[in-house]
Amino acid sequence: MDVLEVLIPLALILGACGLVFFIWAIRSGQYEDLDGAAQRILIDDGDVPLPDVTKTEEKI
Amino acid sequence: MPVADDAPHDFSAYVEYNEHGKPAMVLMVDGVHCAACIQKVESALHKIPHVTYGRLNFSTKRLRVEWDGSVQLANDLAQAIRHQGYNVYPYDPKAIQSESDEEERQLQLCLGVAAFAAGNIMMISVALWSSSIEIMGIGTRDLMHWLSGLIALPCVFYAGQPFFRSAWSVLRFGKTNMDVPISLGVIGAVLVSLWQVSHHGEDAYFDSAVMLLFFLLIGRYLDFRARRKARGAASDLLAMMTGTAIVIQEDGRQKSVPIRDLKEGMAVLVPMGQRIPADSQVVTGVSDIDTSLVTGETMPRVVGVGDAVYAGTTNLSAPLNLIVKSAANDSLLSDIVRLMEKAEQGQAKYVRLADRAARLYTPVVHTLAAATFFGWWIFGGVDVPHAVLLAVTVLIITCPCALGLAVPVVQVLATGRLMKRHILVKSGDALEQLSSIDTILLDKTGTLTLGQPSMIRQEALSVEHLQMAASLAAVSHHPLSRALLREWSGETLLFDDVREYAGQGLEGYYHHKRVRLGSRVWCGDQKAEVHNTQEIWLEIDALPVACFEFEDLLRSDAKETIAALKQSGIRPVLLSGDRQAVAQKVAQEIGIDDVSGDLSPVDKYNYMDVLRRDGHKVAMVGDGLNDAPTIAGADVSISPATAIDMTQNAADIVFMGEQLGSIVEVYRTAVFSGQLVRQNFMLAIIYNVIAVPLAVFGMVTPLIAAIAMSGSSLVVIANSFRLTRMKK
Repeated sequence: MDVLEVLIPLALILGACGLVFFIWAIRSGQYEDLDGAAQRILIDDGDVPLPDVTKTEEKI
Repeated sequence: MPVADDAPHDFSAYVEYNEHGKPAMVLMVDGVHCAACIQKVESALHKIPHVTYGRLNFSTKRLRVEWDGSVQLANDLAQAIRHQGYNVYPYDPKAIQSESDEEERQLQLCLGVAAFAAGNIMMISVALWSSSIEIMGIGTRDLMHWLSGLIALPCVFYAGQPFFRSAWSVLRFGKTNMDVPISLGVIGAVLVSLWQVSHHGEDAYFDSAVMLLFFLLIGRYLDFRARRKARGAASDLLAMMTGTAIVIQEDGRQKSVPIRDLKEGMAVLVPMGQRIPADSQVVTGVSDIDTSLVTGETMPRVVGVGDAVYAGTTNLSAPLNLIVKSAANDSLLSDIVRLMEKAEQGQAKYVRLADRAARLYTPVVHTLAAATFFGWWIFGGVDVPHAVLLAVTVLIITCPCALGLAVPVVQVLATGRLMKRHILVKSGDALEQLSSIDTILLDKTGTLTLGQPSMIRQEALSVEHLQMAASLAAVSHHPLSRALLREWSGETLLFDDVREYAGQGLEGYYHHKRVRLGSRVWCGDQKAEVHNTQEIWLEIDALPVACFEFEDLLRSDAKETIAALKQSGIRPVLLSGDRQAVAQKVAQEIGIDDVSGDLSPVDKYNYMDVLRRDGHKVAMVGDGLNDAPTIAGADVSISPATAIDMTQNAADIVFMGEQLGSIVEVYRTAVFSGQLVRQNFMLAIIYNVIAVPLAVFGMVTPLIAAIAMSGSSLVVIANSFRLTRMKK
């Protein structure tokens, strides 16, 4: 049973990491334009990430 | 589609400042529909010096631009996008700041939190179920329970908010809805479990509470996405009226004035290719007016001195001097806006099947839970906490997981299926409403017909004449010129001194020969046989050499579509702004018995309204601005993708391509979806009939609750997936 002392916290930490990343993804506007994301993959070049995306997307 | 530019806007008026004090602006971009469009718009912006940020949100069609420099650059930016072939309107984020964006984000976050908690608690619960007290000992069991509680408490507190808030908002007024038993069940389960755990109890229901939230949030989120309309259609129309007009002042100088500030009696100049800003009268000038936006007519109308012109129509061939007859907010266009706003408000009254089910469901659940509590407490001889536990189990077991998924899952699958067939379902209620219609109203031009003149092929035409005519036509905005140009794919010739005569045609010189392209009266052979078509003549050196005939062709499957609709017991009605005789002829050709011609936008709306008052369920299919109020007010509405944007936005369903058969396809899918939803409800009821007695008599353990809950949800989802196997 001693192994539980490691495994349970480990599982919770991993899960919490997932949750934190999910919240970060929503906050940074990555779920705002799902259709656009599907289209943008077809653009060959020039679609470099723009500076300040995180801050500016929230204002739209 | 009107080819001309929109009324000019002064974009610099819409500039705001971002957090670094730099100018920023949000624009609505029309006509963006693929990756290439995104790239064209964005790279056009990035080429302009000073632009620091430009990103187009494809879902909302909003473009945010930021730059470093003068506010006046705003107009250049808008112009740069127009040059790429996309119309832009200024967008006032304060005016239409969408609460729904915020709500969606909130739901996503709740869903994420619930998913995390449900996954982790289940991991612990599986350990509990697969072991027994003899093996793990009471200390380990308590530890597991406390861990579950530790995860469940904050999760329920956070992710349950959408339900708690909705429940509280109705409870305050002494009413109840589906969220009341959900909230009671979830909170009750957590509290009772806490009490149990602190007394080294055997069972804790944290897993049930969290899983319940997770399933319900999935349903809620899918439902929310399906129900959200892109944006209010009426506000788009208003945005069209926020441009500026060129006013000629008394001293003869020109001044740019916002359209909403136009007053009766002002003199206005409307250049070629721009929109008429307000209902006015022509003072000088002769031109063709494209009225398709307001009346749905394809053919331009010739106007001369003294004629009335309406706001929203486009001046095609020559500058016009106008005198404003009524201020912008009294115009025909704003009548349409008002009608649309009224219609959109009237829409809210529809009660969805799921909500009707909830109304029956809620009181039953409450009564059952209360009966269980008192039954065990008074007659069963158990203590209060135990009786509460049993009542809460009833609440959890009856919780409408399957019910909450029954509608949204079918909706998402049906929408996806139609999307593959190039039919876009924009509002969640659309399919449900469509499955019960008994009358369908159809517009003529652009709906039953293709909406643009097509040239009728003739053997006698020579290639040289077609090339010459097409080359001359290239300079004109007239729909017939456009149609002619579409027929020619080769090189175009260069003409000298080309002039457009309003209502007559075009004239130009090619190798010193005078070439005319225009009406029969102006340059045609007066003695030629008259067909019932639109025609333009080509004349070289005063000799008519060729006649091109055009017709607005019916969609190829219009007749079959009408027949199929009739077979399903739906009465088709043709409503047209065109003359009665023309409408009658089309109706006869495709087999529609009820026809009304000569209808104004208001007449169409009233026709629909009267039908609805008589208890009919009405669908409207249309494409013009004149159809927009009817579309907004009908129970459900469909428009082709060639419709103007305002109409598309107001419509519940948009279909692409030239096939009218899409209407039948949507209808059949809607009917089948309706059947599936009813079956799902039946499944949910059967599940309750089996599970509820078990709960009432105290035979449900956490394991049984978990299996029953996810089992019923899975059965409902599996049944919904039958939609994807529906035959063509």
